[in-house]
Amino acid sequence: MNVPSFVAGMGIVSAIGSDLRTNLDSLCEKRAGIGTMHWLSSARHRALPVGEVKLSNAELAAITGLSARVPRTALLSCMAAKETLINAGWEKENTLRTGFISANTVGGMDKTENFFKLFSKNTAAGKLADVVHHECGSVTELVADFLGIQHFVSTVSTACSSSANSIFTGARMIRAGMLDYALVGGADALTKFTLNGFNTLMILDKELCKPFDENRQGLNLGEGAAYLLLSSEKGLKQLHKNPVACITGYANANDAFHQTASSPEGTGSFLAMKGAMDKAGLQAKDIDYINLHGTGTQNNDIAEGTAINILFDSGFPKMSSTKAYTGHTLGASGAVEAVFSVLTIQHGIIFPNLRLETPMKEFSFRPVTELLRNQRIQNVLSNSFGFGGNCSSLIFSAA
Amino acid sequence: MKDYIISTGNISPQHSMDVDAFFNSRNETSNNFFNALEPDYAAFVDSKMIRRMSRIVKMGVAASTTCLRNAGVEIPAAILTATAYGCLEDSATFLRKMIEFDEQMLSPTAFIQSTHNTVGAQIALLLKCHHYNNTIVHRAFSFENALTESRLLLEEGISPVLVGAIDEITYDRHAILSRFGLYKRDSGNIAGEGAAFFLLSKQPGNNYQAVLKAVQSFYKADIVQEDISKFLTTHEMDAELPGLILHSETVYDKTKGKNYRVLKNAFPGIPEFAFKSLCGDFPTSSGFALWFASLLLKEQKAPVWMHGIKFPLKNIFIYQQDGLHHSFYLISSD
Repeated sequence: MNVPSFVAGMGIVSAIGSDLRTNLDSLCEKRAGIGTMHWLSSARHRALPVGEVKLSNAELAAITGLSARVPRTALLSCMAAKETLINAGWEKENTLRTGFISANTVGGMDKTENFFKLFSKNTAAGKLADVVHHECGSVTELVADFLGIQHFVSTVSTACSSSANSIFTGARMIRAGMLDYALVGGADALTKFTLNGFNTLMILDKELCKPFDENRQGLNLGEGAAYLLLSSEKGLKQLHKNPVACITGYANANDAFHQTASSPEGTGSFLAMKGAMDKAGLQAKDIDYINLHGTGTQNNDIAEGTAINILFDSGFPKMSSTKAYTGHTLGASGAVEAVFSVLTIQHGIIFPNLRLETPMKEFSFRPVTELLRNQRIQNVLSNSFGFGGNCSSLIFSAA
Repeated sequence: MKDYIISTGNISPQHSMDVDAFFNSRNETSNNFFNALEPDYAAFVDSKMIRRMSRIVKMGVAASTTCLRNAGVEIPAAILTATAYGCLEDSATFLRKMIEFDEQMLSPTAFIQSTHNTVGAQIALLLKCHHYNNTIVHRAFSFENALTESRLLLEEGISPVLVGAIDEITYDRHAILSRFGLYKRDSGNIAGEGAAFFLLSKQPGNNYQAVLKAVQSFYKADIVQEDISKFLTTHEMDAELPGLILHSETVYDKTKGKNYRVLKNAFPGIPEFAFKSLCGDFPTSSGFALWFASLLLKEQKAPVWMHGIKFPLKNIFIYQQDGLHHSFYLISSD
């Protein structure tokens, strides 16, 4: 079987807005969401800028209907997943086979941090309610149960490429005729664990990040969640929806160079982009826009840029990183940027790469720095590269 | 749908790295946890690298290397790893230090190795394998979903696929899960761990282990008999019953369980074996069960400590249950 996967609906919560409309407006108005830490309580790193979702756990709980005591990642996930289903017109009563394939990197770590404060001194101490949802899969199930999806549930975790992989897992299952709908994407809340982890790697910018700038100093961490409802043709009929886009290409490759660093030649990035284009049957000239992984670290941007330089030397498409808006949302980033990529197709606009002053001297191409409207965009390539060499690229095409 | 299990590699509380030893002796424990019998890792990884690896990574690397060596395959076309808990030891190390040193003077090593894809990434790195690489982390569906994905990759012509289930017991995991009441003395439930890897292919090759015919999962409170009969009919097993049932019930409470009764009614008079008595309890323990089933089908004999199975043995049904997660497997000799 070879059934195409259509995008029937989308939902997102990020530092630049708690719904799809606000995210789009912020992107168009060049309104970034990175700033002073407000909800995360780091004892030592309060000065580091982060891209927080501007809602407390209590507020997220009130909006979604989940308990405020569940991990923040589950609250964010539920918020974006609900919007996606509403946006697609999917209802619980829909009898077709629906799967929920989510992604995250640290599960309920925010609660586990609380637990460990007491537990690390005395193993009989600490509230068990704080570790009951530690597992990545448990966070997914909190939301699956809330939404009433049980035909298929799964969770992917490949660091920063997690949700790109969950997206094409869903596309593959629809293609194989195993699902009619796949709610795909990912979520990650900021935690002290990840903030301190990235801090030890010395790749966090103390100022606002500048992806693809010659003077970039590192990344800013962000949080968020985003989902797409992928649908088969049969599923679309039941939703009475005209799709805005479909997934035509996806590929996953491994850089196999280092546990955290990318190879200077961008082997993994190259293979992922090339693989996705091959799968879609597209040439370099067919790609109208690249949503870059573009974290703002020295290492990522040179590796990704080098791969693009080779693959697109016949003519560079327009490109930008949107991480200067949202921060790097880790396990959610592939999905956040997949939503942005579909918005690009849907509205014919290309979002600027904020804060890019001095283009990288190694490359002749220049990411877009101003909002471009009235663009005819047929095919968009979205990149997600992560620790462990896990590199994935997705291609969305106008339906 | 037939996929061939070409080779396996398994590190478990049993002598699973040595087939003769496994057939001749059964390892037992008097504790409420069952640690894996770890091999000499120097046979698999450079000694400098071993020191930096946590147990879960070492087990994963050694089991996957064994699996590939047994098949004579250097580079698989895809690497999929399944883990419910991920790299717990490194996660806890980083978390403890972060709390103890008040977010200061932390080293990145434990953080770097704490991500759930570390095992899959290390395997790729050691093999210099640039191919497809994914990690599934969904509780007691982790391994089943990784198998489903592997089978779809094989359908797409990506072959052979290396797929494995890995979870480790750590001091913290054991302390926490014990507090949840998982290992109460009268439950017969003991904590387990292991790394079970499989090389799957659409082609039988010269010397395959077994045939993976079906894997199906159910996310719900209890299974009913209809689930089993539908599964068997779908996979053309209505005329004959499997020769052995491997199930995840514990030794002691099996007469009480509702799901166990469903299983007994569906397979009257068929020999059964509680596989967690060999590997302990963990969400990806179905990896051990699949390894065990493949071995029995290949060798066509029972270990000296296992009785009542008739040979030739053609089909094995595996039932894995953990909370709301139920899975059925059908494995055949050809």
